[in-house]
Amino acid sequence: MLSQRRLERRPKARSLFDRAILTRALRDSLRKLDPRWQARNPVMFVVEVGAAATTIFFVRDLVAHSGSAGFDFAIAAWLWFTVLFANFAEAVAEGRGKAQADALRRTKSDTNARLVRENGAEERVASTSLRKGDRFVVEAREVIPADGDVLEGAATVDESAITGESAPVIRESGGDRSAVTGGTRVLSDRIVVRVTANPGESFLDRMIRLVEGAARQKTPNEIALSILLSGLTIIFLIAVATLSPFSLYAGAHQSVTVLIALLVCLIPTTIGGLLSAIGIAGMDRVMQRNVLAMSGRAVEAAGDVDTLLLDKTGTITLGNRQAVEIITSDGIAAQEAADIAYLSSLADETPEGRSVVALAQRLGVHDGQARDDAVFVPFSAYTRMSGLDLPDGTKIRKGAPDSILTWVRDAGGNPSDELAPTIERIARSGGTPLLLARNTLVVGVIYLKDILKPNMTERFNRLRAMGIRTVMITGDNPLTAATIAKEAGVDDFLAEATPETKMELIKREQSSGRLVAMTGDGTNDAPALAQSDVGVAMNSGTQAAKEAANMVDLDSDPTKLIEIVEIGKQLLMTRGALTTFSIANDVAKYFAILPAMFVIAYPAMNVLNVMRLTTPQSAILSAVIFNALIIVALIPLALRGVRYEPKGANRVLFENVMLYGVGGIVVPFIGIKAIDVILAALHLT
Amino acid sequence: MTGFGWLQAVIFFAIVLAVTKPLGTYMARVFEGERTWLTPVLAPLEKVIYRLCGVRDAEEMSWYAYALSMLAFSLIGLAYLYVLLRTQKWLPFNPQHVDNMSPDLAWNTAVSFTTNTNWQFYSGETAMSYLSQMAGLAWHNFVSAAVGIAIAVAVVRGLVRTNVKTLGNFWVDLTRCSLYVLLPTSIVLGLFLVWQGVPQNLHAYQAVHSIEGFAQTITGGPMGSQEVIKELGTNGGGFVNANSASPNENPTPLTNFVEMLLIFSLGAGLTYMYGKMVKDTRQGWAIFSAMAILFVAGFAVAYWAEAAGNPIVHQIGAAGGNLEGKECRFGVAASAFFATVTTDTSCGAVNSMHDSFTALGGLVPLVNMQLGEIVFGGVGSGLYGMIVFVVLTVFIAGLMVGRTPEYLGKKVERREVQFAILAALVTPVLCLVPTAIAAVLPAGLATLGNNGPHGFSEILYGFTSTNANNGSAFAGLGPNLFYNLLTGVNMMFGRFAVAIPALALAGALAGKKAIPESSGTFTTHSAIFVALLIGVIVIVGALTFLPADSLGPIVEHLLMLRGKLF
Repeated sequence: MLSQRRLERRPKARSLFDRAILTRALRDSLRKLDPRWQARNPVMFVVEVGAAATTIFFVRDLVAHSGSAGFDFAIAAWLWFTVLFANFAEAVAEGRGKAQADALRRTKSDTNARLVRENGAEERVASTSLRKGDRFVVEAREVIPADGDVLEGAATVDESAITGESAPVIRESGGDRSAVTGGTRVLSDRIVVRVTANPGESFLDRMIRLVEGAARQKTPNEIALSILLSGLTIIFLIAVATLSPFSLYAGAHQSVTVLIALLVCLIPTTIGGLLSAIGIAGMDRVMQRNVLAMSGRAVEAAGDVDTLLLDKTGTITLGNRQAVEIITSDGIAAQEAADIAYLSSLADETPEGRSVVALAQRLGVHDGQARDDAVFVPFSAYTRMSGLDLPDGTKIRKGAPDSILTWVRDAGGNPSDELAPTIERIARSGGTPLLLARNTLVVGVIYLKDILKPNMTERFNRLRAMGIRTVMITGDNPLTAATIAKEAGVDDFLAEATPETKMELIKREQSSGRLVAMTGDGTNDAPALAQSDVGVAMNSGTQAAKEAANMVDLDSDPTKLIEIVEIGKQLLMTRGALTTFSIANDVAKYFAILPAMFVIAYPAMNVLNVMRLTTPQSAILSAVIFNALIIVALIPLALRGVRYEPKGANRVLFENVMLYGVGGIVVPFIGIKAIDVILAALHLT
Repeated sequence: MTGFGWLQAVIFFAIVLAVTKPLGTYMARVFEGERTWLTPVLAPLEKVIYRLCGVRDAEEMSWYAYALSMLAFSLIGLAYLYVLLRTQKWLPFNPQHVDNMSPDLAWNTAVSFTTNTNWQFYSGETAMSYLSQMAGLAWHNFVSAAVGIAIAVAVVRGLVRTNVKTLGNFWVDLTRCSLYVLLPTSIVLGLFLVWQGVPQNLHAYQAVHSIEGFAQTITGGPMGSQEVIKELGTNGGGFVNANSASPNENPTPLTNFVEMLLIFSLGAGLTYMYGKMVKDTRQGWAIFSAMAILFVAGFAVAYWAEAAGNPIVHQIGAAGGNLEGKECRFGVAASAFFATVTTDTSCGAVNSMHDSFTALGGLVPLVNMQLGEIVFGGVGSGLYGMIVFVVLTVFIAGLMVGRTPEYLGKKVERREVQFAILAALVTPVLCLVPTAIAAVLPAGLATLGNNGPHGFSEILYGFTSTNANNGSAFAGLGPNLFYNLLTGVNMMFGRFAVAIPALALAGALAGKKAIPESSGTFTTHSAIFVALLIGVIVIVGALTFLPADSLGPIVEHLLMLRGKLF
C-alpha cells in the first residue's frame, strides 16, 4: 500500500520567542553546561571554570563559617547565570530550526517505491532501498520516494512539504524543470524518474540537517573572531593572574573569588556568549526567507559580494516580453499585418506568442478562427523562427530579423531593407524586433517590449549604496541590452551571453579580487554556479544546478539574492557591534572593580571609585551582575541582527562606532551604578 | 608649565613634520631599489659587500626565510658581542685596562644591544673598553636598527604585494639600510656633535686638577660616532653611565634638541615611506596622526606632572617643578620632553633620571612602553607594531560595516588575526609575568632602591623597558644574577616574539589578492578610523596594564596627594 497520508505543509515561521521554543531552550541551556560543550567556546569555558572554582570557595567558606561565604555565593551564582544566559541565547537561536526539523522529519515517512527494472518490469520496494541510477514510476496521489530527474512524462507536484508554497508546480522530462524531490507528492499524471540521491543524502535529509544546525561548522569569520577573543582572554587572564602576586607585594591580599570576578568582567563574555547564537540566527533568518544555505560560509560570503550577476529575464524584467506594436512594410495594410501576426502566433504557446495574439486581437483580427488544418512550425534555436504552414501552401513565419530575411531570400523573395531603421530603432529602445513574413514577402515588424519588474531601480540603487556592482546577463544583442540596462539602472551588462561568456565574466571578476554572486536554474548554469562565490539555484531548476549552487531558493525568486546579501552583512555587523561593545565595556568595569580591590590597603584609591559605589563588595557584585544581565539584554539584538541601512561604509562605521563603541563605554557606568543602588536599597550587601 | 616649554614642543613637532616626507621618500626609493643621489657613491660598495658575503641580491625570500636569516644574523651577532665582552681585557684599544665582563652581565649586555634595547646594567666608563664600544656596541647600534627597519620594510611589502610568497631579501634590506640611511646621516651629524663638544678620541681618561683644587677624571673615548647612532637608531645605550644627561654626550641645548629630533626622525619618516610604498600616502599620514596624538597626550601629562612638582616639597618652601634627578642645564620641560620622546620610541637614552620623576610623570614613560612603543616607535619596530594594531582595528571595524574586513584591499581573515593577536600578546605577557615573579621572590626584591609602590614601579618599569626593547630604566633597580638573566630573556622575546609573528602576518598578506575599493569598503585614512585605532590601542594596549599601574605610579600619586612619599 502506498502512503496516502496527506502531507503536512512545512510550517510557516514561528516567532523567535515562541513559548514552546523558550521552554525547550531553558532545558537545553542546562544541558549545555556540560564542560565538553563549553570547551568549544574558550571565553565561556573560562567563565564556567571560574563559576566552578568560586562555588568550591563558597562551600569551603561555608564550612569554615567564614564571613565571606555570602559574597562567594552571590558571585558564584551570578557566574553560573552568566554561563546559563549564554547557553540560553544559543538554545533560543537553535529553537526555531529544531522545530522546523521536527516537522520536516514527520514528512519523511518510509514509503514504498515502484522500481522499474531493466526489462521494464515494475516491482514494489521500500523507498530506502533505492540507489542512485535506479528508475521508478510514480502516479497521481503518490509520494515521490526519492530525489530524481524526470525521464518520461510530466506531472503536477505538490511541493508544499518543502517550500511551504501550496500552489502545485509542473515537473517534466527534459529542460530545466525536471528535478523532483523525495517527500513531495504527485497530484496528477504519471512520471518515470531516475534516482539522483542515495538514502540519507537526499535534499530533505540535507535540509533537516541544515535547519537543525547539526551540520553547522564555525564559519571562517567566526573562527577568526574566536581567535581574537581567545587572544584577549589570554591577555586578561595574564593581567588578572599576575595581580595576585602584585597584591601580595602591596600587602593587599585578594581572594580568588574577587580575582575571578574581575577576570570574568574583563574577558569579552558579551560577544563570547552570543557569538554562536548570532551565527545560528543568521542561518535561521536565511531559512525564514525560504532559502536553504548549504553552509554558514555561503551566507557570510554573501555579505562580501562585490558583483552580482542577474539574469535579465525573470529577474530584472518580467519573464515575458509583450508585443506592443506592429509596423508594416510599405503597401501592407495594418489590418492585413494584424491577420498575419495573429496566424503566426496562433499555435505559439509561449508568453510572447500569446501577447502577439492578444495585440492582433486588439488591433481587430478579421479571421479569428482556429485553424485545425494548419501545420505549426515550432521555434528552434537553429531556425530562430516559428510559424504556420497553411493547407493552401501559404507559409507564415515570425522570428529574428536576419533569420527571416534569409528564409525569404531562400524562398526566392527579394526583401528590401526599408525596415532596417525600424528594427534598429526597436533594438536601440530595448525592445526585441520580430520580423513577420508571408512566403516571399516581409509583412512588417512586431515590437516586443521588455517590461521591467516594478521597484527594480530602487533595489539597484540600494545595492550600489552597499558597494555592490550589478551586471545584467542577457542573450539580447548589445544594443537592446544597453537600453534595458540603462532603464533598469544596473551598472553593467553582458549581452549575447552564452554559458562560456558568463563563466569567463565570473573568472575575470574573481581574478581582480571580487566576490561574485549569481542565480541560475538550468543545467548549463551549473558550472557558473559552482564557480561563483555565492550561487543560488532556483528550487524549480535542475538537479545539476541545485547541486552546483551553495544555496537553493525554495521560492525560486531570483531577486532573493539581494536579501541574502543583506543578511550576510547583518551577520558580520552584529558580530562587530557586539565585539566593540564588549571591549568598550571594560573601561567601566575597571573603574568599578579596581578601587574596590585596593581601597582597604590604600584608602586613597577611593578617588578612582568614580561611580561612588556603596561598598567594595557591592561594586564587584554589581559589575558581575551587569556583565551577566547584558547578555540577556542583548539576546534580541543578537538573534534579530543589528539594523542594516546601506549608506556607504564610512557612514555605517561612524554610526556603529558611536552607538556600540561610545555607547559601550557609557552604558555600563549607568548600569553598574543602577545595580549598586538596587543592591544597597535591598540591603543585599 | 611655561610658554617656552610648549614653544619648544611646537618647534620640535614642526621640524619632525617637515623631515617626515623627504626622509620617507628617500627611504622608499632606497628599499624599492630605485636610484638615489647617493647611488653613484654607494652602489659599487654595496656590490662589493654582496660579493664578499656571498649574497645573491636578486633572490627573494619567503617570510620564514626572511625571519630565519634575521634570527641567524642576530644570534651570531649576539655570540660575537658576548665573546668580545668576555675577552676585552686582552684586546687592543683598552687604555683604561678595563676587565672582562662577568658571564651573566655579558649575556645581558649582548642581548641588550643585539635587540636594539640597550638596557645597561653596567657603567660604560668602567666596564667597556674602547674596542667593545666601537666594534661591539656601535656595530650593534647600526645593525640592530637596520634589522628593525628591514623587518618593517618586509612587513610593508607584505601589504603591497599580491599573490606572491616573498617579502624581499633580508641581506639586501639590511645592507641598504645601513649603507644608504644610517651611515651617511651618522657621519654628517656625528661631525656636528663633535663640533658641539662631544669627545671623539682614543686616549685614556684625563686626570685634571680643578681651580677649586679637586682632582677630577675626565672621561674620553670615541663618543661622537656612537652618540649619533644611539639616537638615530633608537638604541639609547649611553657611552657613559649618565647617558644624555652627561655634558660629554649632550653638551649643549642644541645637541639636546637635535638628539631628540634624531630619535623621532626615522620613525616618522617610515610612516611616509609606508604611505609611499602602499601607493597611498594618506595611509601613512593616518598612522602618523594616530602616533602624533598619542605623543602629544603623553607629553602634556608628563610636562604637567613635572611642572606641577611635588606638593610635599612645596610645603617645605621649595616651590616650582620637580627638579630631583634632572640635569639643571635642561630643566623640567626639556627633561619631560626627552623622557616622552625616548619612550615613545624604543630609544631609551635619557637626559634625566626617570626614577626621580613624579609618580604621574613616571607613569607616562611606562605607559608609552606598555603600548608597545608604537608612537613613532623603535626604528622599524614602531611601524610594524603599529601595523599589528591597525590589522586588529581593521578586523573589528570591518565587521561593523558588514564585510569581511579588508586593509589596503587585503582581506583580514583567520591567519592574519592569529598572527596579529600573537604579536599583541607579547607585551602584556612579558611585562607582567616577570614582574609578578620578581615582586614575590627575594632575589627580585634584593636590589630595589625603594619600597612601597615606587619599588613596585621600579620592577615593572624594568621589565616593561626590557620587553619593549627600550632600555631606559628606573635606575633604582640594581643588577644581580636574577635580573641579568631574566631581563636578558625578556629582551630576546620582546624583540623576536613580535618580529616573527609580524613577518608571518606579512607573509600571509603577500599571498593574497587585492580587492578593488568600493563604497562597501571603509577608508582607513579617515578621522573616525584614526580615532578607533587609538581606542583599540588604549583599551587593548594600555588598559591591560591598569591593574599593575594602579598598584605602582597611580597609587603612589594618590598617596603623594595625601602626604606620603616613597
